[in-house]
Amino acid sequence: MIAELGHFTLILALFMAVVQSSLPLIGAQRRHAAWMALAQPTAVLQFLLVAIAFLCLTHAFVTSDFSVVNVVKNSHTAKPLIYKISGVWGNHEGSLLLWVLILSIFGAAVAVFGGNLPPSLKARVLSVQAMIAVGFYLFMLLTSNPFERIHPPPFNGQGLNPLLQDPGLAFHPPMLYLGYVGFSMAFSFAIAALIEGRVDAAWARWVRPWTLAAWCFLTAGIALGSWWAYYELGWGGWWFWDPVENASFMPWLAGTALLHSATVVEKRDTLKGWTVLLAIITFSLSLLGTFLVRSGVLTSVHAFATDPARGVFILILLIIVIGGSLALFAWRGPQLTSTGLFQPISREGALLFNNLVMTTAAAAVLLGTLYPLLLDAVGGGKVSVGPPFFNAVFIPIMVPMIVAMAIGPFLNWKRGDLMPALSRLRVAFAVTVAAGLAAWSIYGDGPFLGVAALALAVWLGTGTLTELAGRVKLFRAPLDESLRRFRRMPRSAWGMTLGHLGLAIAIAGMAGAGAWTVESIQVMKPGDKVTVGGYVYAFEGAKNGKGPNYSLVHGTFQVSRNGEHVATLRPEKRVYDVSQQPTTEAAIHTTWRGDLYAVIGDPEGTDGAYVTRIYFNPLVVWMWVGTLVMVFGGALSLTDRRHRVGAPQRRTGAAAVAAGT
Amino acid sequence: MFRWLVLILALAVADGPAMAVNPSEVLADPLLEKRAREISKGLRCVVCQNQSIDDSDATLARDLRVLVRERLVAGDSDQDVVDYVVSRYGEFVLLKPPFKFATAVLWVGPAVIVLAALAAMAAFFRRQRRGATGGARPTALSDDERRRLDALMKDDRT
Repeated sequence: MIAELGHFTLILALFMAVVQSSLPLIGAQRRHAAWMALAQPTAVLQFLLVAIAFLCLTHAFVTSDFSVVNVVKNSHTAKPLIYKISGVWGNHEGSLLLWVLILSIFGAAVAVFGGNLPPSLKARVLSVQAMIAVGFYLFMLLTSNPFERIHPPPFNGQGLNPLLQDPGLAFHPPMLYLGYVGFSMAFSFAIAALIEGRVDAAWARWVRPWTLAAWCFLTAGIALGSWWAYYELGWGGWWFWDPVENASFMPWLAGTALLHSATVVEKRDTLKGWTVLLAIITFSLSLLGTFLVRSGVLTSVHAFATDPARGVFILILLIIVIGGSLALFAWRGPQLTSTGLFQPISREGALLFNNLVMTTAAAAVLLGTLYPLLLDAVGGGKVSVGPPFFNAVFIPIMVPMIVAMAIGPFLNWKRGDLMPALSRLRVAFAVTVAAGLAAWSIYGDGPFLGVAALALAVWLGTGTLTELAGRVKLFRAPLDESLRRFRRMPRSAWGMTLGHLGLAIAIAGMAGAGAWTVESIQVMKPGDKVTVGGYVYAFEGAKNGKGPNYSLVHGTFQVSRNGEHVATLRPEKRVYDVSQQPTTEAAIHTTWRGDLYAVIGDPEGTDGAYVTRIYFNPLVVWMWVGTLVMVFGGALSLTDRRHRVGAPQRRTGAAAVAAGT
Repeated sequence: MFRWLVLILALAVADGPAMAVNPSEVLADPLLEKRAREISKGLRCVVCQNQSIDDSDATLARDLRVLVRERLVAGDSDQDVVDYVVSRYGEFVLLKPPFKFATAVLWVGPAVIVLAALAAMAAFFRRQRRGATGGARPTALSDDERRRLDALMKDDRT
């Protein structure tokens, strides 16, 4: 019954979205206030209906209703509750339902808090949102119904892939989707602006917070996925240029560009057409990302063809959304006029340079990700495009931008001067050279790229701190004056400083983990010792055990350095009852210098010996801390008064009170 | 070809767990072993999804790792080893595809994109210097729009 209720509300949500996508749009064209106003109740109702559908599916998973196919394929009674819930979105159908749920939440948010939007813009934005939703509802109802029943119901389910039964991965998809779908708001605003034929500072003020929020979620989501790979896959890798990773990385690159160009639109009334185009590109890449991961096209073109209904639907949907919006842009884009002029060397110029690099990088990643598929599709043979290609192409594109990132904030709007900016960076440059030489003397035999990346991180970090010091007049004004300026600094300025600083920290981590990982693979008997990265690991043997739905072997290492005990590491190897699939749970002891990372493998012989892998991964924690700093900076910027959704209404009523909290 | 891949895939899945590089595979000579690792990182495990043979647990990856080490011990240069593996498994095993007709777009593409983006940016500034930023003159705000914008801007000044 409850599954049917979910199915039914999903169909109702489709109809609600059809109404929302058509009548308000026509109303906006014909200046019909009542039709435009229809966008709000339909958006809220659509959200309530999808929310009921989502709760119904969650209910089926939590109660292990094995008459629902989706539950049978992705759940099992022995699974802990949290993974029963995360199983809802741990599959194709359920993840689409989560996607539309988030889409409808955002749509309802615009409907409820968008009081200060011009009515026609609001009606058009909500209509475009509903069009996206219609596409997803149809896709689900026609090809991927999460509520499909099975008869007779099996005695138990097939369980969730053990690799997915992990806290990091339980929350990875919702984070990513909050990011992807957040960009749909920027997209809807862009399309609405194209229909209206105008983009102004007020428009940019609405687009920026959505883009910023989406960017924060996407950054956190990507980091969560990377962190999961690091501790779960068992060899200390954290980024593989896997198509699935690229799928989320491309919208991130384009979204970062959008974040910066929206600033220019807001402050300087220029780059409007470009910003609208970026919004379209960013969401198109989000859509592509969603479907690349979910359609199976990445495994091979053949897997895609085994379920033609889904594949063809996805292709048509992508062509309509991307082709349609680009055509609209080609038609209406030239009408978006800009007034703000600026020189190439200026703040706008620097932000444009960021855009140039980020979109180029996104395009290069897109090319590398899709090339094998395209080549195969046209019968050009099979080719692999892996990490060596991406590193060779991506790194050279990014380096100039990181160098410029430290300089850009020093340039004035409209017309900047390079020499004064560079002279203010004297100290940062000296520190960078010193740090580079120090790294060179310590790691002279190591990869040059690592030393260069470390120097780059120092340059960006010190450059950003120099800008902060200049802003608060550190050492040039009395200290209490500096402190006062420090406290009064707008939160959006903090967002920039922390965003850039976070990236510097993360690059340092990537340099360390990428270039100087120490690895040791061996067979160890209880009592054996091995030294890795200056730490002595004494193996005490391994024991068998039992988890909630898996059996396990856990080994114990006592780690010491210079005779002093540092940590006890207990890596696990699990075999899940249902699928009999093994997973490794690395034991990690984190220090600022690096992670001590131990993995236990298969037993060797009968005397309690095991294959063990021990790593010293330098500076890894810096990557996670750097990402957190970036996300924190974005969130802080989001709380800037100007960005607060509905803030201008503060004095007028209750809606603003809700928005302000 | 496809059926052959499916067969290998089935075998690889049916096979028990085996972690990536195992101690038994590691060469005694650290220099040779280091070269073997570098080569392995550039070779694709053809039955896996985008994994190098250095990272993969699959049986086939293990066989390839052993093969690479055998060739190195026999005195092959790095390039000889790669050529040998390519001669047996095709260029599909190379994670960094070689430059040739079929991959020309892939390799030249990013450079073309960079140049096109730079050209577009140069054109933008040239057009701006000539004073035309898009053709039409900006339209003035209506009274209602002006009021709303003022409300938004006022909030900023605090």
